[in-house]
Amino acid sequence: MRGRLIKDRIFELVVIAFSLAALVPLFVILVYVFKKGLPVINWSFLTHLPKPVGVKGGGVANALVGTAFLVLIASVTSIPLGIWAGIYLSENKNSPISEFVRVSVDVLQATPSIVVGILAYIWLVKPIGHFSALSGGVALGIMMLPMVVRSTEEVLNLVPHYLKEASLALGVSYPRTVLKVLLPSGIPGIVSGILLGVSRVAGETAPLLFTAFGNQFMNWNILKPMNALPLLIFNYAMSPYEEWKRLAWGASVLLILLVMVGNIISRMVSEKWKVKF
Amino acid sequence: MEGEILKTVNLSAYYGKHQVLKSITLSFPENRVTAILGPSGCGKSTFIRCLNRMHELVEGARMEGKVYLRGKDIYEMEPTTVRRKIGMVFQRPNPFPTMTIYDNVIAGYKLGGIKLKKTEADALVEDSLRKAALWEEVKDFLYKRGTFLSGGQQQRLCIARALAMKPEVLLLDEPTSALDPKSTARIEELIQELKKTVTIILVTHNIGQASRVSDFTAFLYLGELVEFGATERVFTVPRDKRTEEYLVGKFG
Repeated sequence: MRGRLIKDRIFELVVIAFSLAALVPLFVILVYVFKKGLPVINWSFLTHLPKPVGVKGGGVANALVGTAFLVLIASVTSIPLGIWAGIYLSENKNSPISEFVRVSVDVLQATPSIVVGILAYIWLVKPIGHFSALSGGVALGIMMLPMVVRSTEEVLNLVPHYLKEASLALGVSYPRTVLKVLLPSGIPGIVSGILLGVSRVAGETAPLLFTAFGNQFMNWNILKPMNALPLLIFNYAMSPYEEWKRLAWGASVLLILLVMVGNIISRMVSEKWKVKF
Repeated sequence: MEGEILKTVNLSAYYGKHQVLKSITLSFPENRVTAILGPSGCGKSTFIRCLNRMHELVEGARMEGKVYLRGKDIYEMEPTTVRRKIGMVFQRPNPFPTMTIYDNVIAGYKLGGIKLKKTEADALVEDSLRKAALWEEVKDFLYKRGTFLSGGQQQRLCIARALAMKPEVLLLDEPTSALDPKSTARIEELIQELKKTVTIILVTHNIGQASRVSDFTAFLYLGELVEFGATERVFTVPRDKRTEEYLVGKFG
């Protein structure tokens, strides 16, 4: 009897210890990055452009604006497409097309991001003739697409069948039933999927290397090269200049905060707005 | 028999290769309650789903034969029109969880994109809720979610929602099977009240319920229409041995 209780207790402690161990890498990263980066962040860091080498101060305003633009372009390209595809998959579970789309989406999700970058390069950068934020945003959109498709599909699968029946039995047409009953019931889940997607692609560097490319200056034109937080970190962290390295640390903190806030809001949305069936 | 409103002729239904209804011919008298009685799995639900074309939404389902609403073949009408004229209430109360009580009542209009003036909507909501005997209980919380109500109230809300479309026929698919005895009694009372304005077809496997609320009874067994007649007659002098055995509780 006592022996069994002791074994139980040991097992429990081991489980707890391993769960905590899984958190160690996260905390090491957070502590390290915040220690290095947090002192760098102040108002002028957020509002100023990077200064030339040797000049003190400067900020990452152009990268912040660039990341915002890129995420926006990615959302515009992936969200409508992803939601429609998700609706199709959920409404036609067993059709051969659905099977094919599901496999394709999974493959796309597993595609290395650098390959997606090459794709955007061939599709957009080459025909346009120069690097652009548009091509970078589209590359990020392609990476976001599987997440939007899958979260839409999953969340619509959770909407009970009887709601659809209720609507159809009232003489509401099928398209209106999908748009007015199924989709609104699924919105919290879809939004949280989108936010997860956004915070995931906001940190991507590889697909931007030969699309958005980076830019030392402020740029508001999406057909021109644009800077982004991950690109700035990539470029400045490799530079030999202390001042630029400092900016890279600060930008890392911003990026981590962005991803964390995105994740937390995503959780809150799916909890708070949850539709109880 | 009074004027008939709905009629099926040689109605057969299939799920894939499996035949669930075998050539049912039946007339429903107007402004009466007709109970479709039978043990579980005899095809009662399938039968009434053929009456408002909900049957065709199930993958692999198909039907043969004709259904006429006031002499018009419903399979030649728009499904949305058919379903507006022939309303339906399901086994489980299913108000829309994202909508208020008010919006639930006029959900058919809101979702279907049919515009209502505010005054029309107000009147329709009150009228439908009164008809469903729910007005007094909910008039002070019309703007609360419909899912806050009790099961019995939710079911009456669903009845109000169906009535708001001003249907000619109301199909009730075991509307009380998920409810407690008290709520059941209220709904049965309500059915009596409703038949003044709308023809009711009630699916039930509850023999007592059929005898309490219906004017006519159709007994279905293994997809076959065994017997149809005035409820009193069917219950006192059943003509078919199977009906008698079911009514006295030998099976079912």
